[in-house]
Amino acid sequence: MNGAAIAASGLTMRFDGFTAVDKVDLHIEKGELFGLLGPNGAGKSTIIKMLTTMIRPTDGSALVWGHDIGRERDAVRSSIGVVFQDPSVDSQLTGRENLDFHGRMYGMDARMRQKRIEDVLDLVDLTDKADVLLEDYSGGMQRRLEIARGLMHHPDVLFLDEPTLGLDAQTRRYIWEYIQNMNRSEGVTVVITTHYMEEADYLCDRVAIIDRGRIVALDSPKNLKDLIGADIVVLEVGDGHLDDLAGVLSDFDWVISAEASENAVALSVDHGESRIPEIVLTASRAGVKIRSVSMHEPTLEDVFLEFTGKKMRDAETGGGGKLMAVQSRMRARRH
Amino acid sequence: MARIDPYAIYSLWLREMIRFFRLKSRVVGSLAPPFFFLAILGMGFRSTMVVPEGVDYIDFLAPGIIGMTLLFSATVGGLSMLWDREFGFLREIMVAPVSRLSIVLGRTAGGVTTAVMQGVIILVPGILMGLKITGPGGFLLSLVFMVLIATTFNSLGLAFASRMKDMSGFSLIMNFMVFPVFLLSGALFPVENLPPWLRILSYLDPLTYGVDGLRASLVGVSAFPLVLDLAVLAAGCAGSLALGAYLFEISDVE
Repeated sequence: MNGAAIAASGLTMRFDGFTAVDKVDLHIEKGELFGLLGPNGAGKSTIIKMLTTMIRPTDGSALVWGHDIGRERDAVRSSIGVVFQDPSVDSQLTGRENLDFHGRMYGMDARMRQKRIEDVLDLVDLTDKADVLLEDYSGGMQRRLEIARGLMHHPDVLFLDEPTLGLDAQTRRYIWEYIQNMNRSEGVTVVITTHYMEEADYLCDRVAIIDRGRIVALDSPKNLKDLIGADIVVLEVGDGHLDDLAGVLSDFDWVISAEASENAVALSVDHGESRIPEIVLTASRAGVKIRSVSMHEPTLEDVFLEFTGKKMRDAETGGGGKLMAVQSRMRARRH
Repeated sequence: MARIDPYAIYSLWLREMIRFFRLKSRVVGSLAPPFFFLAILGMGFRSTMVVPEGVDYIDFLAPGIIGMTLLFSATVGGLSMLWDREFGFLREIMVAPVSRLSIVLGRTAGGVTTAVMQGVIILVPGILMGLKITGPGGFLLSLVFMVLIATTFNSLGLAFASRMKDMSGFSLIMNFMVFPVFLLSGALFPVENLPPWLRILSYLDPLTYGVDGLRASLVGVSAFPLVLDLAVLAAGCAGSLALGAYLFEISDVE
């Protein structure tokens, strides 16, 4: 079959007056490991829910593996595997029983189910826990079982909605490995949402940065970071006139940009390591007490800042509801 | 016409069976209310209840209590779906490439099987208390009625649950539905004992025909012709299944 794994145009979702997803166009190639990166409440999960036929879009359309998400819902469902953000296992069944149920729902016969269950359990290292009730699994094990289940019926596209949310660093590493493994060994197209920068950076071939229901940037992590180009030097300071310092520093022609926040100044500088002495000197001349100096190469966090004018953490619109989201947005705009 | 996926129906049914038998407390707990109803009402009303001439009250009551067991199982079926919604497993079911009709049929099949098993088990204390069953033919016919009654009310329970977001609202509605349906059905006393205006409601109650059919098949006593009982119940069964499938089809998961 020709064409893209996913082709969406003008995908829009409105909940009584609030636009969660705003005219999103998306083109994901077959075999790609594609990331949707953005703060909580940016609309990532809503995009996934529309693409997986769990909710119907207010406007726009999308093809998943060539099937229309509105008119060919069952064909879409047959082509995809989904790992939801929240748990979706039956805790009163064992791992094997959960997988067996899944296989039957996707029309797999007994022999195929048995073989696939062994395969996917092996892939996520849960073979020895196959006959344990899910209620006795740890959070990380449950997540791995869900990933195994999403893969079990050989989907063409696998959706993973925040697969490592709330997991410890080590488990997260393991899950990254499983995801990469199956993308490579099973050739499955993977669409993953995350609000962890390093996750998108480490895993994805291409990343779409989402803010307020829109795609603000889309490219490979490397290209996105190259857009920033220079190194980031951050001065953490005790007291003093930060705005003045930022002003003075940005007068140097090697400083690309300087931004002052509450107790830090962030500079975008080429060849940062050779400029640090001069920066420190300038700061002490300006009477600013420096607590620490750090330098890093650009991360996706810096890309997000560049495109949205705010840090990802500040852009989050947690469980507080839509009004809070709107308010924090207005505040962000004013600054 | 919606597609029927036998494999998916079987899968949903099997899951209900595994869950039901894994929770021993649920098996025992589900049998307690009908047992107490049967034992205590049976003894308490034995001498005072006006029932058709020549019929022992236990013969009259036992089919009614079976009908009650089947009716109450509807609440359990609906609650189990709300439970799945609460714990996320409903998403796993809804994202599968399975017609919504098959999902309703599979869930109903599971609920009906456990309900009918309970209905049959209630016959045991009934017989110990003096219930006289007409014979194997009558017993088999009563199984048909049990399946029809359980299917009607289980799919109604699912239909309500598909429109509900939380358990307390569902329990409220079910209490307002289940008790009138039970008490008006003639399970505990003959419908003829009611005043005429209330009797009309009894005649609109599908369980009235279910309990009457169970009486006809198990103990050979009935108020309506057997064919009428069967026809009304079959129609109710088809109607509630269709309603359940329709409401499921149009409901979003979130």
